[in-house]
Amino acid sequence: MNPNDLAIQARGLSKDFGSLRAVDRLDLDVPRASIYGFLGPNGSGKSTTIRMLCGLLTPSEGNANVLGIEVPGDASKLRPKIGYMTQKFSLFGDMTVLENLQFIAEIYSVPANRRARRIDEVLEHYDLVEQRKQFAGTMSGGQKQRLALGCAVIHKPELLLLDEPTSAVDPQSRRDFWANLFRLAEAGTTILVSTHYMDEAERCHRLAILDHGVKVADGAPQDLQRSTGMTIIEVLADDPYRAQTAISTLPVIASVTQLGIRLRVLIPETVEDALDIVAGKLVEQGIEADTHISNASLEDVFVAVTLDPGRIAA
Amino acid sequence: MKSLSRLMAVTRKETRQMRRDRLTFAMIFGIPLMQIILFGYAINTDVRNLRTAVADEANTHLSRDFVSRLGATQVTDIHARVATVAQLEELLRSGEVSIGIAIPYDFDRRVADNTRAAAHILVDGSDPTIAGIADQLRNIPLRFDTAMEKERTGAIEVRAYYNPERRTPVNIIPGLIGVILMMTMMMFTAVAIVRERERGNLELLINTPVTSAELMTGKVLPYIFIGLVQLAVILIVGKLLFDVPVRGSVLDLYLAGCVYIAANLSLGLFFSTAVSSQFQAIQLTFFMMLPSILLSGFVFPFDGMPEIAQWIGEALPITHFIRLTRGIMLREAALGEMSGEVLYLAAFAVVAMTAAALRFSKRLD
Repeated sequence: MNPNDLAIQARGLSKDFGSLRAVDRLDLDVPRASIYGFLGPNGSGKSTTIRMLCGLLTPSEGNANVLGIEVPGDASKLRPKIGYMTQKFSLFGDMTVLENLQFIAEIYSVPANRRARRIDEVLEHYDLVEQRKQFAGTMSGGQKQRLALGCAVIHKPELLLLDEPTSAVDPQSRRDFWANLFRLAEAGTTILVSTHYMDEAERCHRLAILDHGVKVADGAPQDLQRSTGMTIIEVLADDPYRAQTAISTLPVIASVTQLGIRLRVLIPETVEDALDIVAGKLVEQGIEADTHISNASLEDVFVAVTLDPGRIAA
Repeated sequence: MKSLSRLMAVTRKETRQMRRDRLTFAMIFGIPLMQIILFGYAINTDVRNLRTAVADEANTHLSRDFVSRLGATQVTDIHARVATVAQLEELLRSGEVSIGIAIPYDFDRRVADNTRAAAHILVDGSDPTIAGIADQLRNIPLRFDTAMEKERTGAIEVRAYYNPERRTPVNIIPGLIGVILMMTMMMFTAVAIVRERERGNLELLINTPVTSAELMTGKVLPYIFIGLVQLAVILIVGKLLFDVPVRGSVLDLYLAGCVYIAANLSLGLFFSTAVSSQFQAIQLTFFMMLPSILLSGFVFPFDGMPEIAQWIGEALPITHFIRLTRGIMLREAALGEMSGEVLYLAAFAVVAMTAAALRFSKRLD
């Protein structure tokens, strides 16, 4: 890929907090005008990476080029070009929606003659016209989040860094939020978003899965799903617990996860007749179940790439 | 240009938040009013009406005259009459009286005899101020009405310049300006940065183009104005309630106030960058408060303190400001005559502000 087409290029980015390595030799290539997701559990290094990319944290090792500016380096050049949304609501609760937007617009030096129009635009786009006089602290989670996004884009940044933006909102607000993100990406904004929701990760153009600070997978969600290296078998059993116990004893099993009455069984592709092995085991134990091969979901991908390698015996 | 407009944005935001925070707003007017009224009336080094007990074993014309003269000084308030010295001591010990007057049965003869004390004044000496006051009671003339005054007293006259009536508020209120401004100013900014850190605002702010210096200055500016308003409140109330004069130039007083306010705000801001919670910030300001009140010459004369205490006192901004306010308000001194004090305060403000801006890094690590 042409380096000019990349909004972020990171090589060997690492961060140590004392003896803890929060991010370990991370390589990243984030194409412009795309939504790039960081998927990983809490403590996997998502926030730390985002903070290093915007200059809030100094990398212990490695470096990155963000919008043509070297990191670590003069972060002040980078600030006007990026919008940042923190995990926790960080606007001023004792100021109104309008006052918050005005303050942020002034801080980002949105020219005075265009400021009022830009603020109206944001109020309109993010459905905050009615709340304009409301104190930000008294709003609902979804409204706060729209305001935070509105503030993050008020200066039309090239790059938007969103740190678990949807962790405090309802499903409808999440859908609306993602609709807004797609619109921004179409208009040319690069978006880096961290999440621990699989459904959100699936909507990203590209995805990096982080586990204990290490990037364990990277690619388009569909590609990742196609190349798990696992055969995925779905088991529908009346007694999923017994079925799970039985299947777990098989040496070829990489992982068994229960989802309601269904079991998702991951077996390395190198194992032949995986379906027969599982079905045979269930019959042998006298457990009635329906077994079939399934396509990998992102959750399966996540399970597959975060497996302890020693666990896969085959 | 961009920098200035960002600075103004921060200032506007601070002003807005301050107006909405009722507690802060109450502090702006409540603290100066409450303190000036309370301390203006309460702090009084001109002690009167000390509770006194008398054991008059003589009970002669002369001894009764002596007791009534004691009462007339207004220093003592005859609270109890007992029969023996032992009873006096008991009252002293129980704290019921601060002064006991013991008049022996041979009082008249002792008065005539210059080699012996005629009466004893027993004092609760645990408070040196009271002991000092009681000392004055020795000067009460004791004589038989018929006797001629032999010694001339009052050969030397003390003239109290600048405060001829020796009213304590005249001395206290200029100092109180320093104490009140220090308390409120330092408290406001000490919590300023750390509050935003606690509320999460800081992570957003440090990701914006606003610089440390803009943020720090923008936060301080509105409080300088508040400080000057407080100064006006104290001066007006001081004049109305306690008739405390401003003999020098009001402009000089305000200029001195500006520099002093800036010094305290900067110090508060520095504290705010050094602590990790609002609670710690308040602890630090309290840590500053006590030496500022006790070692600044506010209550006790500066010259009377040991050298080390004087050094500490010299380092505190309030010491210099109290010299300035007393100088300008009472002695009609011009700011130029006390430029050393102003320079120290200005230097203090610059150093503290720089330290705060350097200490505050726009990074999280």
